[in-house]
Amino acid sequence: MTVVLKNVSYSYTNEKRQKNLVISHLNMEIKNGEFISIIGRSGTGKSTILRLMTGLLQPDEGEIQIDQKDISLGDVGYMPQKDLLLPWRTILDNIMIASEIQQDVHMTKEEASIWLQRVGLSGYEHVLPKQLSGGMRQRAAFLRALLTGKDVLLLDEPFGALDALTKKEMQSWLLSMWQDLNKTIVFITHDLEEAIFLSDRILLLHPDHRIEEISVPLSRPRKPEMLLFEEAVTLRQKLEKKIANETT
Amino acid sequence: MPMKPLKKFFQTYRLFLLFFIIVLAIVEWLVRADIIPSFIIPTPTGVIQMIIHNWRPLLIEHLSATMLEFIIGFSLAVISGVLLAICMFFSKTIEKMVYPAVVISQMVPIIALSPIFVLWFGYTIWSKVAVTILICFFPIVVGTYDGLKSCDQEYIELLRSMGANRFQIFQKLHIPMALPSFFSGFKMSIVFALVGATIGEWLGASKGLGYYSRRMSGNLNAEGVFAAITILTIVGILLFALASWIEKRTTNKWNNSN
Ligand SMILES: Nc1ncnc2c1ncn2[C@@H]1O[C@H](COP(=O)(O)OP(=O)(O)OP(=O)(O)O)[C@@H](O)[C@H]1O
Ligand SMILES: [Mg+2]
Repeated sequence: MTVVLKNVSYSYTNEKRQKNLVISHLNMEIKNGEFISIIGRSGTGKSTILRLMTGLLQPDEGEIQIDQKDISLGDVGYMPQKDLLLPWRTILDNIMIASEIQQDVHMTKEEASIWLQRVGLSGYEHVLPKQLSGGMRQRAAFLRALLTGKDVLLLDEPFGALDALTKKEMQSWLLSMWQDLNKTIVFITHDLEEAIFLSDRILLLHPDHRIEEISVPLSRPRKPEMLLFEEAVTLRQKLEKKIANETT
Repeated sequence: MPMKPLKKFFQTYRLFLLFFIIVLAIVEWLVRADIIPSFIIPTPTGVIQMIIHNWRPLLIEHLSATMLEFIIGFSLAVISGVLLAICMFFSKTIEKMVYPAVVISQMVPIIALSPIFVLWFGYTIWSKVAVTILICFFPIVVGTYDGLKSCDQEYIELLRSMGANRFQIFQKLHIPMALPSFFSGFKMSIVFALVGATIGEWLGASKGLGYYSRRMSGNLNAEGVFAAITILTIVGILLFALASWIEKRTTNKWNNSN
């Protein structure tokens, strides 16, 4: 599964009928099994890129392809920035929804329960989302995206609401799962360390619509202590500097 | 098991029940002491006696007639109201055509329309059914339609990103999201429907609690009028409780299964 974005631009028209550019001439090739992070200040269009890649938004120009075919709805697993768990469904029924919608996804309740266990939500199968903490809801939303069974996963700040410790656990878990299942992941985060720890490449969006691509010079498999390596520290400082002087 | 909800009921409403009993006791005293003449307000005990002595005609003849009108009218209103709301939801054209008419139908005084129904249907059950439908149609349509429309765009996008088609989105998002709003309309109209059936009977009928209360009022039999009102009120409360129970069951069902 190779995802290719060719010269993609997107702008939206606001209430005053002015066109506002969000994404300008984005070129990117995401190889099978790659882990890409997108960082950048709030409002630079990170979520917009993911929505373009799901097919929910149509680019003004350029094209987005997955294995040489134009992308269409249902091709990728998507986790939106808000958890959007259906409030009247239990956690188990929430993560089962993809298998209800797509014919090619088959999953039993038992299998789904095992997955809940793996993200530390065992015992919460029959609980409604409103009874869960923000971090737990995020994990459930993450599972829902994963269980679409798609090879490409688009995750919009999946660990944003987690405490530092749980976040570390989830990062390690995500990496092991990513390797086991051979997923291709595009991951939005505000946390630079997280981006460095997880990804092969980082896409940095600037408020002036420039897009920079940075490779992460760390080997696999990743270990938390690698963040203390000189390469990682230098990269982190470099990224911080690039983002710090910008205003939106 | 059934003791528990009963206990809870008395706990929640004990102040109201106390107030209610005190009012009844005061009325009883006022009438017995001849401060209020008994043809204006009857004694509560007199009303109860009236119901006990006449339970056969009251319940078997009159209540069942009213309930039949109610059941036919209310079911037709729910079925047609929900169907119309779904049509309006799927077609902007139908919505633009029909929605104003539905709203206007509420502005027309139903009592004024009722003679038309007598003209069309005569003194058959259908003139009463027509009044019932007219009076309880609106909350059903508006409740269902508003509920269907209230669905959050973000949820729709989430399902679309999974490749859901229009029908799946309707089934998995719009219907469950419409339920609370539908049920607030449903609960309102179940009570309205009973009122509608009663009003329908005032126009001309040979049985039913509405007919009965009018006849008793003509005979200056206050106890008879209040007996009919008491029965209608109790039935109204029971119907509302039934609707709330259905609501609870349905929304719980949405929670537990798919
Ligand atoms: N349909 C739309 N209507 C109005 N504004 C839009 C629309 N789509 C995108 N935008 C604007 O585009 C910009 C990019 O939005 P986007 O949600 O992609 O940012 P983001 O980088 O994900 O920000 P954050 O880090 O806060 O999540 C924002 O300024 C947003 O206001
Ligand atoms: Mg965003």
